[in-house]
Amino acid sequence: MAKVTVDGIEVEVPNGASVLQACEAAGKEIPRFCYHERLSVAGNCRMCLVEVEKAPKPVASCAYPVMDGMKVFTDTPMVRNARRGVMEFLLINHPLDCPICDQGGECDLQDQAMAYGRDLSRYAEGKRAVKDKYVGPLIKTVMNRCIHCTRCVRFAAEVAGVPEMGATGRGEAMEIGTYVEKALTSELSGNLIDICPVGALTSRPYAFVTRPWELAKTDSVDVLDAVGANIRVDTRGGEVLRILPRLHEEVNEEWLADRGRFSFDGLKRRRLDRPWVRQDGALRPASWAEAFQAIARALPGRRLGAIVGDTMDAEAVFALKGLMTGLGAVGLDCRQDGAKLDISRPDFYLFNTGIARIEEADALVIIGADPRREAPVLNARIRKRWSQGGFRAGVIGTARDLTYPATVLGAAPTDIAGAAAFLAGAQRPMVVLGRAALARADGAGVLAAAWELARAAGGLREDWHGFNLLHRFGGQVAPLDLGFVQGLDMAAMLAGGAEALWLLGADGFDAARIPAGAFVIYQGHHGEAAAARADVILPGAAYTEKEGSYVNTEGRVQRGRMAVPPPGEAREDWKIIRAASEVLGVPLPFDSLEELRAEMAAAHPVFARLDQGPLPGCTDDSGPAPAPVTDAPFAVPVENYWQVDPITRASETMAACAAAYLNPRPLLAAE
Amino acid sequence: MSVVQQEPASFAFDAESEAEIPRILARYPQGRQASAVIPLLYLAQRQMKRSTGSAWVPRVAMDAIAERLSMPPMRVYEVASFYFMFNTRPIGRYHLQVCGTTPCWLRGSDEVKRACQDATGIADYGQTSADGLFTLTEVECLGGCVNAPVLQVDDDYYEDLDYESTLRLIEALKRGERPKPGSALGRQGSAPLGGPTVLTGAED
Repeated sequence: MAKVTVDGIEVEVPNGASVLQACEAAGKEIPRFCYHERLSVAGNCRMCLVEVEKAPKPVASCAYPVMDGMKVFTDTPMVRNARRGVMEFLLINHPLDCPICDQGGECDLQDQAMAYGRDLSRYAEGKRAVKDKYVGPLIKTVMNRCIHCTRCVRFAAEVAGVPEMGATGRGEAMEIGTYVEKALTSELSGNLIDICPVGALTSRPYAFVTRPWELAKTDSVDVLDAVGANIRVDTRGGEVLRILPRLHEEVNEEWLADRGRFSFDGLKRRRLDRPWVRQDGALRPASWAEAFQAIARALPGRRLGAIVGDTMDAEAVFALKGLMTGLGAVGLDCRQDGAKLDISRPDFYLFNTGIARIEEADALVIIGADPRREAPVLNARIRKRWSQGGFRAGVIGTARDLTYPATVLGAAPTDIAGAAAFLAGAQRPMVVLGRAALARADGAGVLAAAWELARAAGGLREDWHGFNLLHRFGGQVAPLDLGFVQGLDMAAMLAGGAEALWLLGADGFDAARIPAGAFVIYQGHHGEAAAARADVILPGAAYTEKEGSYVNTEGRVQRGRMAVPPPGEAREDWKIIRAASEVLGVPLPFDSLEELRAEMAAAHPVFARLDQGPLPGCTDDSGPAPAPVTDAPFAVPVENYWQVDPITRASETMAACAAAYLNPRPLLAAE
Repeated sequence: MSVVQQEPASFAFDAESEAEIPRILARYPQGRQASAVIPLLYLAQRQMKRSTGSAWVPRVAMDAIAERLSMPPMRVYEVASFYFMFNTRPIGRYHLQVCGTTPCWLRGSDEVKRACQDATGIADYGQTSADGLFTLTEVECLGGCVNAPVLQVDDDYYEDLDYESTLRLIEALKRGERPKPGSALGRQGSAPLGGPTVLTGAED
């Protein structure tokens, strides 16, 4: 530890810390552009200059290590003058286009120019002009505004693992870009917008939409992948205008995957905004009362089953389970993909190591998963671990670029046992099993084999749980926690086991599998194939439109908040089910969200543990029942990262991404 | 041989370059092959000169170098675009590089530039002559100040130039000749005009 005095305040910081970190420890704010705590230090913007006793010149605090007994001054005439000088140079080539810049109001340069800028420019020469670059359908570039902090270059190379951005040319001709015109091949590209301190990289869909001070901000949780990234939903007038990540060190740090960030325009299209009832073969608009009565007329005498989708909140699932139990349903299922999950113990279906503790692992085997495209933020965590060294990764399944090197250990379930040799010697081995690897005929065998691999490698100990199941969506774990797997499974129900089906946001399977005579109730927010097949449509709320609990892949229960009301006559899903239970004669024992949550927490105590990571360690290493596995290779888990569920399929932004990335236009020659 | 004016579809090191590459890589420790990016870029540029008559590094060549050195292509683009010695666009067969830094300028680099323009028909720096033979570039100090002004043609220094001698040089290049590099005044190395004045007879 080193003792440092900052403006008379004595602080102790670790040896090797920077002066800037010492200043922050002392509560002093240091202006900066290029420095970012999650990226390497570049030290090229010079905005963080401070005065250090006995140093002949101002020092760049971000790149200057502390020494014991150092005296730092952050607010002297010399410091202020130096920063003013730096600011003047930064502004020489920065256009004065704040009024038409989307960064306006949340721009570091704008804010700091208020503190260190001059009231007018002494620079009379022509400003330099830089051609805008194309870096994909998500990011709009205005390169005149770039101040060459190189944060985007470092983010792309270090966090996203796609070293495609760089600074070409030198001096006055230096430009930030990709040199070869192409879309940045990252699922985390939206974070470049957050990381850019000026308006050079801004959101293309958000261009000229609104100003930050006009937005209402709601803290919520992303459900479009199973990481459960914390998000802030920015709205104005009942419309979601953008989604930004929130800081949560144990989940998403401060990153957010592109699907969660940009697909919200799908919330405005193809929505179910009123109840519909099928009459004489065609759907017609109906009132809520008519819809419920149609259900009440149809259900008696039919064997009833229920299937829930992948992005539903736990409250709706809990309410539906109560209703189904009351109605004597023959089957409940939440596994639209047919994954052979074992819900007898939570650690059979959770990411037990925990996202944050990936950083403690020293060897990893990925089975039938593509973490880069299934959970990009989680993959960034793996990459972060890899970049610290002393870590090896192996893959069983299709080998794709994961942004870190991975040894191919095999392609089929029969290769799983052999991977123990790869994990041998590891102190903290991890096995990551993709949910897609369970959605095959020998899925139960794959699950048991993966567990056995983790056990054989010594990964199931009281202080370490190395078995991990990677889910695909934010609503996939909660139904498992709630035991929404009962009686007939989905395949049996669709094979005629059920004559009436209640589909709660279940749009992830081929609606043609629903037998012809079945009475289908579709409750959900988007009108897709399942809604088109339905006999009664109950319009529900999307994740930004309701209060709901979601469980991420590591079993962390987080609350999403209502940012905007559901459109039209649509309602929050648990309320719909509560109202239906009244009409169907099996009233549910709760009238408010608080009562529902109390009931849910009483029946399933995991829901009382808000925002808690997985329990550390494994107390019982006996695995799921063994089953045979075949040597059929694992399929590619995700072909199209951008369009995976009703929201993303309705999103124009995601459609543009899919078009740009899956069918890239021919590369243009460099200028 | 006319000069290729566009990006080729592919690039592969030829036998002569391939023979050179192991010697270059051997200079750097294992795992630090990326350090060889500058020599390899230079190698590619010379190969382009051999094969097309224009010494430049097309993007496909940079990609080939990136692959050879297992580094991201972007990192190669950054290096190639940083150093003005690498031409990222096609140039003429002869690269006329006029040093315009103070010593050369004081000794008449403006005259050298004017001679280059008059002899080749090039209007200004950064352009290529209509016949595709010459590209005129202004460069910073070439380190030949003692014999200023200096004109670098490809890799050769021509020193102590004036308007007339520059014209003669370019006419010779046009004829396909390659005059002997060095001082146009017959100076030996950087010794004074007329021969060495110190250390004479040191051999005795």
